[in-house]
Amino acid sequence: MSIAGGERDLLRFLTAGSVDDGKSTLIGRLLYESNGIYEDQLSSVRKASSAKNVDLDLSLLTDGLRAEREQGITIDVAYRYFSTPRRKFIIADTPGHEQYTRNMATGASTAEVALILVDARKGVLKQTRRHTLIAWLLGIRRMIVVVNKMDLVDFEDDIFRSIRSEFEGFASSLHGAEFEFVPLSALSGENVIRGNGRMPWYDGPALLSALETVPAKAEPNQELRFSVQSVIRPNQDFRGYAGQVGSGIVKPGQEVLALPSGQRTKIKEILLYDRNLPEAFPPQSVVLTTTDHIDLGRGDMLVSADNIPTVSTRLTANLIWMSQTPLHSDTRYLIKHTTKVLCGRIKRLNHKIDINTLEKIEADSLHFNEIGEVQLDLHNPIFCEPYERNRATGSFIVIDPFNNDTVAAGMIVEAMPVQAGDSLDESSAGSRVAQQQGLTVWFTGLSGAGKTTICRSVATELLAHGLQVEVIDGDVIRNHLCKDLGFSKHDRDENIRRIAFVSKLLTRNGAIALVSAISPYRAGRDDARRTIGNFMEVYVSTPLAVCEVRDPKELYRKARSGEIHGFTGIDDPYEPPLAPEIVCNTDQESTRESSSKVVTAVLQYLASKNS
Amino acid sequence: MLEALQANEKFIATRILPHLDALEAESIHILREVVAESARPAMLYSIGKDSSVMLRLAQKAFYPGKIPFPLLHVDTGFKFREMLEFRDRLARELGVKLIVHRNEDAIKNGANPFQLGTSRCCALLKTKSLLDALAENGIDAAIGGARRDEEKSRAKERVFSLRDSLGQWDPKNQRPEFWNLYNSRVESGQSMRVFPLSNWTELDVWEYIHRENIPVVPLYFAKEREMLVRGNVLIPLDHAIDLLPGETPQRVMCRMRSLGCTYCTGAIRSTAATVPEIIAELKFFRRSERENRVIDHDQEGSMELKKREGYF
Repeated sequence: MSIAGGERDLLRFLTAGSVDDGKSTLIGRLLYESNGIYEDQLSSVRKASSAKNVDLDLSLLTDGLRAEREQGITIDVAYRYFSTPRRKFIIADTPGHEQYTRNMATGASTAEVALILVDARKGVLKQTRRHTLIAWLLGIRRMIVVVNKMDLVDFEDDIFRSIRSEFEGFASSLHGAEFEFVPLSALSGENVIRGNGRMPWYDGPALLSALETVPAKAEPNQELRFSVQSVIRPNQDFRGYAGQVGSGIVKPGQEVLALPSGQRTKIKEILLYDRNLPEAFPPQSVVLTTTDHIDLGRGDMLVSADNIPTVSTRLTANLIWMSQTPLHSDTRYLIKHTTKVLCGRIKRLNHKIDINTLEKIEADSLHFNEIGEVQLDLHNPIFCEPYERNRATGSFIVIDPFNNDTVAAGMIVEAMPVQAGDSLDESSAGSRVAQQQGLTVWFTGLSGAGKTTICRSVATELLAHGLQVEVIDGDVIRNHLCKDLGFSKHDRDENIRRIAFVSKLLTRNGAIALVSAISPYRAGRDDARRTIGNFMEVYVSTPLAVCEVRDPKELYRKARSGEIHGFTGIDDPYEPPLAPEIVCNTDQESTRESSSKVVTAVLQYLASKNS
Repeated sequence: MLEALQANEKFIATRILPHLDALEAESIHILREVVAESARPAMLYSIGKDSSVMLRLAQKAFYPGKIPFPLLHVDTGFKFREMLEFRDRLARELGVKLIVHRNEDAIKNGANPFQLGTSRCCALLKTKSLLDALAENGIDAAIGGARRDEEKSRAKERVFSLRDSLGQWDPKNQRPEFWNLYNSRVESGQSMRVFPLSNWTELDVWEYIHRENIPVVPLYFAKEREMLVRGNVLIPLDHAIDLLPGETPQRVMCRMRSLGCTYCTGAIRSTAATVPEIIAELKFFRRSERENRVIDHDQEGSMELKKREGYF
């Protein structure tokens, strides 16, 4: 049953234009005419209007913050809402003032349609071009160009036509973009909801019907991309992957590929609370289960088996720079892409874009509000494609690791596939780290305790702080350096001895070695501490019962059923450390909490050694 | 009915999500991001309709797992009895940890809006209390039910909104927020306020409550109640109040449109006694829901000032 009188869909659009183009008045008018304004708000606007000696100033409805009312401009993106029987609309009302262009881009990132305002008396301005380009760069392909204040030019046909041709001239190079032109007067209301015959030469729709009929879906159906946000594991009988469908359609029985493991499996169920869905598509948030057991965590991805994204550590990308501190090449930043946070280095600025001519110009740096193309190296691979093809896997944000500000929004232009033998992050040997004091951070604990998860997060943070970091993962070591070893007491001791030896070499050369290994015996770890010297022990103390429920690699199940023998915690002992520097219990604390404890301790250690 | 079904089929065939499902999907994504990326998240639970919707969304986000964060209720001591009963019953049924925080010193000293004025009363019983509760429990991400359509200054609030070590909001220096890629990073001492219902309107909230059959406090439904009629405002008599000369309580058919403290929650005259009647009323009743709350009106731009100080 629907009391709303049938279903409505949702359209997100943004409004942009120069200062004084009448944007606030137009939005006020849309809200007012669609009955989206509360009476008490209206009466307070009436009061304020009469103080200014005007009849009804609709722009007063939307200027929210004190600073704006005092300055009479819109300084930040504001969101407005109204509904018609056909649609719910979310307006991202974005600032016209040049210094707030980053907020305009913010609004554009989630919008499907852009409404670009032009003052009929002024024509196409610098800001008009800038906003159109930003909207286009952010993937908006449907734009409605509103020629406002037609009342002030006597509703003249010629003026509308000449603005239209000027705009089309400028925008012809924006391939894929479709424009609709609507002449109107926000002040008098002509052609906002309907026309009243003042412009008989115009035979197109009024603005509201243009908004009601423009398709809400920007992208055609594509390949499946599902980034895992978290693993839902309430008990041993259920393991599901929570996330939002980024693109494509997912159905039970469909064959999918898990990245980065490359495992193939089939979708078993699509769950949303108590419902079992026949399919899911963007932007639905669901839980997926698979027919086979796969080891998948936050930041990993499920994709169509026959169409996989590029696995890449080298990107060419457009950046919108949003920080007062200019871009520094050869500096490390944190990159958030899908549900993954990793360390990246902006290697080089290819060029800047002149937003008036769309020409590429040479530049040394990017400043506040500038847009340019960069080469970006990542420390870990991401699963991505060009932004033009896929918004979900083609977008990322850049975060300054020192003050946590979001400094840029990035859109991938091209991603180079990872080649065998690619060395990750060549900057490791940079001069900045030459003086560094080395240290081994040794994570010990049961299988499934959370060692690797914390270890990876710590590595990303330390890398972003410009430190030289190497992760030594027990599982990886066993596939390479210790391939010859089994799980007897002797072999386990030998495994730890080799890890300690490698860690010692790294530490001696000023690296931070992050070791993640079960390392069950106290004596082995104490030997490592003595050998290495600069040593910090992190006990990941998650209780056995919790690890057994998690069982990410299904090893506990195999140990319990007798398929494997000598498994730590089941039929081989784990000897907890007596005096670890740090204890993390991932049953009681979040990954973020555990990882920041370790990061803080490491930074303090280095500060004390270097002072 | 048939028409609605056909409309629904059209949506399924073209794979366009109806607006309530689109809003739900966005909120669930936000809730999962907070939990994955913050150290100690908690949900600010105010017992109102928005909190009820948030709670259902949290159940959905982590199902079949349990809600992985505690609920925090800032109790001013002036809440309706029905609200507290509702709160305790729900927390029990869902098996969620409930933290109740009261500024006992201020309550003992007899803080109330009549002597202190609404701004100082709110600062003591709500804002200070909230900041203390966050600090005491080490909460670095507080999930709140505020919506952007509620009030002008809220229209500019981010989904992930950074607060400094004093809990203050700097509206001129907000982090840009792109796509669904939220930057949840905080320094120690700073915290995040996270608003999963940012894009919902009051009508969306009631339509969702109806569709999902979500329980809400009975105070939202109209019945005859004992009220003090002062000017245009209907004041409930749950806590002692000094009557002005000539004032006497009256029986009034009314309901609460939003829930706060008894003194500062004005009721509205209404006969809407069911959720569909409330929805029908909303479509014709063009007065904003905070109008009857004394708190937003005490000064021009007062909500923005309160938010800067750390209020929700």
